[in-house]
Amino acid sequence: MNRINQLFADKGDRRILSIYFTAGYPTLESTLDIAEALEKAGVDFLEIGFPYSDPVADGPVIQHSSEVALHNGMTLHVLFEQLKELRKRVSIPVLLMGYVNPVLQYGVENFCESCRAVGVDGVIVPDLPMYEFEEHYQSVFEANGLSNIFLVTPQTSEERIRKIDGLSTGFIYLLSSSATTGKNLSVSESTTAYFSRVRAVGLKNPTVIGFGISDHETFVRATEYAEGAIVGSAFVRLLGEADYREKIPQFIHQLRG
Amino acid sequence: MSEYQVNDNGYYGNFGGAYIPEMLYPNVEELRQQYLAIIQSGDFQREFDRLLRDYVGRPSPLYPAARLSERYGANIFLKREDLNHTGAHKINNTIGQILLAERLGKKRIIAETGAGQHGVATATVCALKGLQCVVYMGAIDIERQAPNVARMKMMGAEVVAANSGSKTLKDATNEALRDWINNPVDTHYIIGSVVGPHPYPDMVARFQSVISAETRKQLLEKTGRETPNYAVACVGGGSNAAGMFYHFLDEPSVKLVAVEAAGRGIHSGESAATTVLGREGVLHGSRSILMQTADGQVIEPYSISAGLDYPGIGPQHAWLHKTGRATYAAITDDEAMQAGLLLTRLEGIIPAIESAHALAQLEKMAFKGDENVVVCLSGRGDKDLDNYMKYFGF
Repeated sequence: MNRINQLFADKGDRRILSIYFTAGYPTLESTLDIAEALEKAGVDFLEIGFPYSDPVADGPVIQHSSEVALHNGMTLHVLFEQLKELRKRVSIPVLLMGYVNPVLQYGVENFCESCRAVGVDGVIVPDLPMYEFEEHYQSVFEANGLSNIFLVTPQTSEERIRKIDGLSTGFIYLLSSSATTGKNLSVSESTTAYFSRVRAVGLKNPTVIGFGISDHETFVRATEYAEGAIVGSAFVRLLGEADYREKIPQFIHQLRG
Repeated sequence: MSEYQVNDNGYYGNFGGAYIPEMLYPNVEELRQQYLAIIQSGDFQREFDRLLRDYVGRPSPLYPAARLSERYGANIFLKREDLNHTGAHKINNTIGQILLAERLGKKRIIAETGAGQHGVATATVCALKGLQCVVYMGAIDIERQAPNVARMKMMGAEVVAANSGSKTLKDATNEALRDWINNPVDTHYIIGSVVGPHPYPDMVARFQSVISAETRKQLLEKTGRETPNYAVACVGGGSNAAGMFYHFLDEPSVKLVAVEAAGRGIHSGESAATTVLGREGVLHGSRSILMQTADGQVIEPYSISAGLDYPGIGPQHAWLHKTGRATYAAITDDEAMQAGLLLTRLEGIIPAIESAHALAQLEKMAFKGDENVVVCLSGRGDKDLDNYMKYFGF
């Protein structure tokens, strides 16, 4: 059982909090310091983004962090070099999140092997289609003990949700709405109906809600419908501030309430 | 089924597919399930044909260019897409897609544009159909292409500046995709080239295939044979070439020549010669050949022609390149500008700088006397007058 499955198996009543941040932002060397600070502040698992030049699913905040990270010299090779120290400093589950092209150029097999070697537990690649994954990559993910996380949106059909559930190992990433990252969550009737609809499907995997979670209120609302929630843009925005290091504990404390 | 056409899984060989985030899946899947049934229906075909004839002005002439032919020692025919309404082949596709969007019940149209030709062609069909139109255009291109921005606005389109990345076509495409993610139900995205996730490359190629369908008939009348020895077209994303090649793909006797932009020289660092400089990868939803760093970051291309500076090519082109079915050549800015001037002086036709790349390739080809060569004159040069004036110092 990898760290992700363990986390959800042991969580009890705890509302799971995950934080996304972009590797190499705000500085090339900040990746592991931020990861360590987040664990100390009480975050349950991490999503470390590897930057891409054309992040179509991201809003302005994460786009900007990706541009800066690339400018700082972040690449997958650099990231895996940095992550060699990961498991000396961080014990919570860690996922890598990014777009498919850098993974293809690194080599999917090499990528999975590097993940395993440094202690990464799962991967989120939003533009890797289910068909491709099933056809070509599932076995190499499994051989390396990696969870592949799929997204579900309010427009995803029940049939497709079931299929995604069948292919998922770890959790399912529920998008609060069909949107790019960094929009605010407004929990309307249709949103709660969608969360309830997903819940009613009776999934084998836990669900985590992301996109639009930025503060305590949205975190609590989201975790009424799912095992956990993910904060991305709001945290990346904090990293843009000069004294972000000092502010991390308070930011996480306020999120949890 | 032709080995050069898309297969049931949305691939040309190992190129194509639909590498899209889940947010786009319902839209793209809806298109995938319905596009063939819609565009093959009698109702659609009647309206498409009628608009191409009465509104676009098709068939476009196949012009035997006598003085150009004399110069190159071959029978050169120009397929005059420059004479279409709005001045380029782009309108063939936007007419097709607006009719499709209408039949899918969409109320809002979005598009990306580089030089503005596709944006204008989209704004045009939206005005024609009374649909809301939003065009994404790189902030830098908005400055460079003021007349086309004005055309779009006059037709009622909203032109939104893409301020991300390098602020050009690739970034405008990213912004359009982001818009579509945020408006998943009522919006149709009219992609301007044979790029994007399946079924776009196939759908756009089908709409552009009117170019080669007409060419066959016109060649038969003029030469007694439906096929030429060569078909030549420029390639940015590759939509006019896809249309020019479409009905010749399974005729091995027809040599297909695709011409990319070499910019200031293939290896100058300022080039858009994707098949030479690129490697296999994924951009804008499909697996193809693209210009990228070792780390898989997309490289910004350069060409004097705004319509050719795209860092990838459509997946069908990647496959035609890989299989060798088509030859991919590269023409520099200088060679294209000279070819543009030459056509103007020999035939009294000012070509778009994009199309001038295809014409420039004629200089490099060796013909055996009586061969028939069709060049796709994809657009007119009005939009490029500033560039021509500056380049030649008129």
